[in-house]
Amino acid sequence: MITFTHPAIALAWLAASILFILSLRGLSSQQTARQGNLLGVVGMGLAVVATLAALIMGGTATGGASGSALGLLGVVIFIGCVVGALLASRVAMTAMPELVAVLHSFVGLAAVLVGFANYLAPIPGATAEMAELGRVVTGATPGHSVHLAEIYVGVLVGAVTFTGSIVAFFKLRGSIGSRPLLLPARHALNAVAVLAMLGLGVLFLRAHAADGLLPLGIMSALAGLLGIHLVMAIGGGDMPVVVSLLNSYSGWAASAAGFMLSNDLLIITGALVGSSGAILSFIMCQAMNRSIWNVVFAGFGADAGKASGAAAVTGTITEATVEQVAALLKAARSVIIVPGYGMAVARAQHAVRDLTNELTKRGAKTRYAIHPVAGRLPGHMNVLLAEADVPYDVVLEMEEVNGDFPQTDAVLVIGANDIVNPSAQTDPGSPIYGMPVLEAWKAGKVVMLKRGMSAGYAGVDNPLCYEENTLMLFGDAQATVTKLLTALRA
Amino acid sequence: MPLIIGIPKEIYPDERRVAATPGTVVRYRKMGLEVQLEAGAGLAAGYSDADYQESGASIVTEAATVWATSDIVVKVRPPMALPDADYDEPLLLKKGAVLVSFLWPAQHKPLLEQLAAREATAFAMDCVPRITRAQKMDALSAMANIAGYRAVIEAAEHFGRFIPGQMTAAGKVAPAKVLVVGAGVAGLAAIAAAKSLGAQVRAFDTRAASREQVESLGAQFVELEFTESGEGEGGYAKEMSDAFLLAEQTLLARHTEECDIVITTALIPGKPAPQLITSGAVVAMPTGGVIVDLAAEQGGNCALTERGRVVEKFGVTIVGLTDLPSRMARQSSELYATTVLNLVTEFVEEGAVRVDLEDEVERGSLVLHQGALMWPPPTRPRPRTGAPLPDVKAQAKAHADASAAATSSTMTLAMGAGAALLLGVAALTGPPEFLGHLTVFLLAVIVGWHVIWNVSPALHTPLMSVTNAISGIILVGGMLVMAGGGLTAAAILGAVAVLVATINVAGGFLVTQRMLRMFRK
Repeated sequence: MITFTHPAIALAWLAASILFILSLRGLSSQQTARQGNLLGVVGMGLAVVATLAALIMGGTATGGASGSALGLLGVVIFIGCVVGALLASRVAMTAMPELVAVLHSFVGLAAVLVGFANYLAPIPGATAEMAELGRVVTGATPGHSVHLAEIYVGVLVGAVTFTGSIVAFFKLRGSIGSRPLLLPARHALNAVAVLAMLGLGVLFLRAHAADGLLPLGIMSALAGLLGIHLVMAIGGGDMPVVVSLLNSYSGWAASAAGFMLSNDLLIITGALVGSSGAILSFIMCQAMNRSIWNVVFAGFGADAGKASGAAAVTGTITEATVEQVAALLKAARSVIIVPGYGMAVARAQHAVRDLTNELTKRGAKTRYAIHPVAGRLPGHMNVLLAEADVPYDVVLEMEEVNGDFPQTDAVLVIGANDIVNPSAQTDPGSPIYGMPVLEAWKAGKVVMLKRGMSAGYAGVDNPLCYEENTLMLFGDAQATVTKLLTALRA
Repeated sequence: MPLIIGIPKEIYPDERRVAATPGTVVRYRKMGLEVQLEAGAGLAAGYSDADYQESGASIVTEAATVWATSDIVVKVRPPMALPDADYDEPLLLKKGAVLVSFLWPAQHKPLLEQLAAREATAFAMDCVPRITRAQKMDALSAMANIAGYRAVIEAAEHFGRFIPGQMTAAGKVAPAKVLVVGAGVAGLAAIAAAKSLGAQVRAFDTRAASREQVESLGAQFVELEFTESGEGEGGYAKEMSDAFLLAEQTLLARHTEECDIVITTALIPGKPAPQLITSGAVVAMPTGGVIVDLAAEQGGNCALTERGRVVEKFGVTIVGLTDLPSRMARQSSELYATTVLNLVTEFVEEGAVRVDLEDEVERGSLVLHQGALMWPPPTRPRPRTGAPLPDVKAQAKAHADASAAATSSTMTLAMGAGAALLLGVAALTGPPEFLGHLTVFLLAVIVGWHVIWNVSPALHTPLMSVTNAISGIILVGGMLVMAGGGLTAAAILGAVAVLVATINVAGGFLVTQRMLRMFRK
């Protein structure tokens, strides 16, 4: 298919694609995950080397890559590696979501740039159709239209990914409030943007040579705005979905670049990443019992608190002291810890680990229950607990642990709210009704560690706080857990 | 002058329990109360006067003194008169004093009048509402628990065989088959005790909710195929129709025929106990079998039960004892005294009696307030039993949700169809290469879809960062567009693309490596 490429290079690219598939497969379990990551590195190395070889060899056939271009390439790759390595080694595990978001934006940006560059200077001989068409853009042949459409779509997806990820990054960092921004006619705005982009697309396909740059540029700006608007309208609680959705977009963007460059490696790899992100989004949405459209377009986080049908939650809370909770934990023979985003914010995972060790030493069976959407990334809690050296076999998923709450003496809910909200099962008027939740209230005693009585990200009041068997322990999670530990050892 | 709390000795025949233990006396003292105890009040429950004295109680020899000088009297049985002696407890009560004991107000109207004449404030331990907060004052459940356990012990006593199955050199012994009727607190306690002795246990209840509890104790649930819910107010059973009763009797007869031990605990509040085991069923039971009827006091669940006695009918021993908790006086006293203490703590504040009529627990158990009849308490809505009926609004919302779900799936379908159409047109009109790319693309999507589903949720973050690194493959695209030669605009755009993509690749892989190193077993 890639006519100009040496068969050896095509083979190397194929091998790289297979290595990527194996890499993702390796991530399916903890035992093989590291090996999987390594396969990914090898695949990437192979792909880069093969492409370099193609550039050099292609140089003889088409007079392509010049020495200066190769030199520049070497420099930017080096800088990229250094910057990437610094980012990766400096980032705190609690800041993982931000890092992932910002890296997504890079892929989006790269897709936009590649699209523009490809439009400006079609690779001589690099693709079969371009070889036929040469540099003269006639705008007439159907093959050419398809190619232009590929560029157009690639740039569009790239631009949405780019700006969307930047907004997600700032939201996750807290530089922008996590409350959704809901413009009055937001659906209409989105629709207008999409229609305008379609119109510009037609203009672009008909344009001659560099004339196409204008519609392409305007479309990029529009797509960028659309990306900003889409992510701004999504509440903090839905961030796991957004991040995995952007992950998916970045894959589709890479795939689109593959289409425009007629490169199967890019197509395959992009498609892998795209479907991976799509599945993660799907899993997250399922965990919240909502459809993807509802997450992307409904601006769920904002109006939920005042949601019409939700029963008002009233009652008295029982506030406990650290000593009381310590006494409770001393007596408990089985304890389940439910961590939430609050634990990540307070960076309490190490303190929580020490608490767990102490409880285990005292003979209490201590485990963790992880809700699929706890935190701001899929699997966020697992990473934090792993960082704190919590063995992964005591970290359980919702389905594994939900049946065990009735036989559990004490549940410590650390900085989590919506994921333990019983209204999801009992109040058909609640906005989170039907969302699977951890049934903490079935345990003997529930201790909720919270900063204050604010509602969770869904903005829904939590009746669990008012249950008879719930004790509230207010304060910063890290400080409170440390005090608990001291009281427990005393 | 501190309040005085008095504990007279129980005068009901064979009552061995006592309403305060040395342990609770200490707690009363801590609350600032004086405690006076009639000499020998705890003897039958295993507590000597010296034990109480050590805990800070003063011992009074005359019962009348305890009654006449105490501000709060705590007791087990309702106050009563001794017919032959000139001794009438309710009349001895100090004017305006507080009484805490089992009272059964429905069955003791004259007693209430006598107490009212004394301007008494009376709390009935049997009227404590069954809500979560009041569990620590739920004397009925505490006693029922003991009765259920003791019922099994009594049955074992009268049952001439082993309860657990055994394989001995002298032959095989089959485990005893036990049927428990009524899976309330007593029934569940009986199931647990019988199970732990090694019996094969089955249990019956009209309330569907009890199935889960029965099965959680490892017993088999006997189901009646008859549509009428037995769920009554506050977790108790309610009275059923005659047809239903007949169906129950038939079903139980089928089971008693096979069972060695039958323990019946079926009670309906304020009503005589339902007669579930007919005389025919007793005749059909295996010889040597035992029936323990915990409902004997309310007339019995078995037609042949004789209240307060152990009788043998048709080769079956029928235990109709009504004092099972009293037969484990030490245990019962310990639990009962604690529930009494917890109720007293509710209405004694800072050394004075302050009854809060707004408090659900105090109001519920209050029978007389300064001589005025307070029983029965006004009924309150009980939202906690069962799921609330969804209101109209909620139904409307559910409906809206359903249509929204329909819209969203239509939307997905429409988008999918549109995309397929576009791709189809492109594939047909476009160059042959495009079709090839499309094939590769779709196959890769399918492969990705299948591979990713196997990823364990704990690894979702590493998965994301690794796919993120892999999507940096776009750097290959950047390299290819740089190939144009020279430092053209395209080449520079390409170089920037390569730069950001490389950051992505390096950062993504390294951070994944860092994360994965942390996962350990």
